[in-house]
Amino acid sequence: MAAEAPALAELGQVPWRRRTDELYLRRQARTWSLWTVLYAVPFPSAAVLLLALEPLTAPVAIACLAHGWVIPELYAYRGASVLRPKGPRNERSEAAAQGFLGDLLGHEARELHRETGLALERSGMGVWLIGEAGALLLPPGGRRVHCFCVRTTDSELPPSDRIAHLLLALRTDEGGFATVANHAFCGAPWRVRRRLPVAMRPGLDAARAAARAVCRTPVHTRR
Amino acid sequence: MSRLIRMDATGHSTLAEWTTEDDPAFDAAVREFRAQLDLGYIGVLDQGKGKAEQVRELPRDAGLVIMRRPIAGG
Repeated sequence: MAAEAPALAELGQVPWRRRTDELYLRRQARTWSLWTVLYAVPFPSAAVLLLALEPLTAPVAIACLAHGWVIPELYAYRGASVLRPKGPRNERSEAAAQGFLGDLLGHEARELHRETGLALERSGMGVWLIGEAGALLLPPGGRRVHCFCVRTTDSELPPSDRIAHLLLALRTDEGGFATVANHAFCGAPWRVRRRLPVAMRPGLDAARAAARAVCRTPVHTRR
Repeated sequence: MSRLIRMDATGHSTLAEWTTEDDPAFDAAVREFRAQLDLGYIGVLDQGKGKAEQVRELPRDAGLVIMRRPIAGG
């Protein structure tokens, strides 16, 4: 068999990117936490200070509070958006595509996909939740979620085939998959959950539970 | 029976089927596989248990080889 080394073919499209690994993800998580604090603390602090100095500045103080609330919300919205359904539904071929994707998934993941439209995949970096044009990664413990924007280049595929494309790429080379994908957001899962369509929220709940279980599983028994 | 399939707008299409003993069928599958590579598809051998392998030559003893399109950051 003339098999290649486990490197994703698409890595050639992004030669300038450093390969994504657990260390990179931890750095990203810290950077996103810092940014969130930088947005969430100074604006409300300024609002309080303004009101203390001069109550007539209330409109400006309210604008400061709004900034402190809206900016982190917009980032979380961007993160949740990677899972939103996109592109044509292709309902005639979706049934066949769903059956094929079901063959790739295990029983539990297949049921979850039918309910939520998302595919759950346990892997070395944590638990992935894959949508039509993006994926979430919950590292072991499930306290953070990384949101990645990534899609197949054929927009005419039925939704389940788009997920199958991402799933096969992920299974081929997890680090390469995360490198090719654009990192859109990192934060607490609840921030993303409230911005997800209601039908998809059980998918994130299941992924979070699976990521927590990974944390409790001894390293030598993880797949 | 081994199968070569392509994920496309119809859900998926079976491009070729062969057995390890059937040389003409395997040769036809190899030609089809190479034609799909030329069209920009990527060959993947799903190994189950969360593992898959990219292949540039059609493995004779594979159960299922899947042709997929490249992915890209959105």
